[in-house]
Amino acid sequence: MDQLLGPFGEFAFMRRALVGCIAVSMGATPVGVFLLLRRMSLTGDAMAHAILPGAAIGFLFAGLSLTAMTIGGLVAGMTVAVAAGAVSRSTVLREDASLAAFYLVSLAAGVAVVSMHGSNVDLMHVLFGSVLALGNDALILLCAIATITMIALALLYRPLVLECLDPAYLRGVSGLSAVAHFAFLALAVLNLVGGFHALGTLMAVGIMILPAATARFWTRGVGAMIGIAFAVAVTGSIAGLWLSYQYGLPSGPAIVLALGGFYGLSLVFGAEGSLLARHTPRSHREA
Amino acid sequence: MRTLALAIGLVAAQSAHAAEPLNVVATFSILGDMTQNVGGDRVHVTTLVGPGGDLHVFNPTPRQAGVLAEADAVVMNGLALEGWLERLVEATGYDGPVIAAAHDVTPLPAGDDDEDADGGHQEAAHHHHHGVYDPHAWQDLSNAVLYVDAIAEGLSAADPEGAETYRANADAYIAKLTALDAEAKADMATIPEDGRTVLTNHDAFAYFGKAYGVTFIAPQGISTEAEPSAQDVAALVRQIREDGVDALFLESVADNRLVEQIAAETGVTIGGELYSDALSGPDGDGSTYLSMMRHNLGVLVKALGKGV
Repeated sequence: MDQLLGPFGEFAFMRRALVGCIAVSMGATPVGVFLLLRRMSLTGDAMAHAILPGAAIGFLFAGLSLTAMTIGGLVAGMTVAVAAGAVSRSTVLREDASLAAFYLVSLAAGVAVVSMHGSNVDLMHVLFGSVLALGNDALILLCAIATITMIALALLYRPLVLECLDPAYLRGVSGLSAVAHFAFLALAVLNLVGGFHALGTLMAVGIMILPAATARFWTRGVGAMIGIAFAVAVTGSIAGLWLSYQYGLPSGPAIVLALGGFYGLSLVFGAEGSLLARHTPRSHREA
Repeated sequence: MRTLALAIGLVAAQSAHAAEPLNVVATFSILGDMTQNVGGDRVHVTTLVGPGGDLHVFNPTPRQAGVLAEADAVVMNGLALEGWLERLVEATGYDGPVIAAAHDVTPLPAGDDDEDADGGHQEAAHHHHHGVYDPHAWQDLSNAVLYVDAIAEGLSAADPEGAETYRANADAYIAKLTALDAEAKADMATIPEDGRTVLTNHDAFAYFGKAYGVTFIAPQGISTEAEPSAQDVAALVRQIREDGVDALFLESVADNRLVEQIAAETGVTIGGELYSDALSGPDGDGSTYLSMMRHNLGVLVKALGKGV
């Protein structure tokens, strides 16, 4: 026990990393659960790539500034999300195709901006994150994003669940459908931008999607899934940080690998639709 | 008769240089400044990695490749700093002289700082970096004298008519370098030897440390690209507490957020900014090699003096 808690007691940067991960988990995991339920898990990945040019442009204007990169990332992510959503709602192209088109263009623009600048060392740190270097500003930002996400999800909960189950019905009975859709995409972008401060753009998607996918193997209820996903994300963060401390692994990848470990276990042993559950006689589950 | 010949020679040389200066390409800003000082207005210096740029991740543009192809001489550091230069020279078909400025320097092995940082892995670190030298030799002003000599010789070989000018310029510049070197040693002597341990996030200062008696510790290795693990950072925080680090320095190229967090964690103050691989822009504190070294020395002495 002492060996497990030791590093968190001895070092403030470990506690900061943990607080940052918990804040990211609070916001990102419910968003991940809804992405999963709406079959948009890959959207998170596409969005993370779309954020890059915004963060890059913010970096070019203001250096390694939290505010500039956050605003840049938000603007780029929102532009891609809204454009993709609008195209899918008003043309023949589905959401996945239109999103893919926009994020590829955005990613290419990002790479071009980074290369034109010449020195891309600082941006490498942005891309691969620095959970060990969370300053007060970054922590406040992460907690603010978590708070906004919780409040927004509480307000949007019913239309979102309805849209997951029967989008046509919701579109028929209420004008809230479009509002809920775009507000949800905004939340996804917001949490990815938050996640890239903690884990880097490439790893931020991990803490959003992996706990949600893990939770799906244990329950069918949306509320329970969010609860389990959050618990998995926090446990995975602690495990990842501990592995990083104990075995010298880079911390961002260690956290995502720990989450991947939980996913792998649940895939085999989970109670709902896992490999084991599907190949066990039904009576066993109902007993 | 002799004076007349000399006078004619001078006039000829002046008109020749007025017509077309020697086109010299320097690989990065510090060498560019040194070359300009030696060459004066007989040379036109183009720098590939400009002020504030990072040498380790240089990507040449076609325009720069074109400048290199038509250059009369190239000045590089050597000691495997510009790994990309050989390929670039080959690709552009440049076949003129390549001056290795650090040619006469006594090199230090790479990764010396790692050994200080982690005594347990001393053998491993030594073995791992065997045969590889630390290229940042210009951080010692007495090495800079050797750089300037090498550049003056190289330029004279490429442009024999200007040999005297280059030698005279070099001697004048070397006088300034030697004066600053003496000043640096005198200033550093005002600080007790056990109060000269410095943490910076780029270990480009091994030569500086050896010349002026400062111990530099780095949280990251010689590359600016690796992501540190919690273990690395924890080991460093312990080390700062145990070894009594006196000052933290942020460096102009790499990620500073990590050092800021370590400073907050250990209560050690942050000293200021050190220039390692690149000069600052024309308005900065380190726009020339001399002002860069003077700036580094000034902030180090100031921060270490505070800790006493």
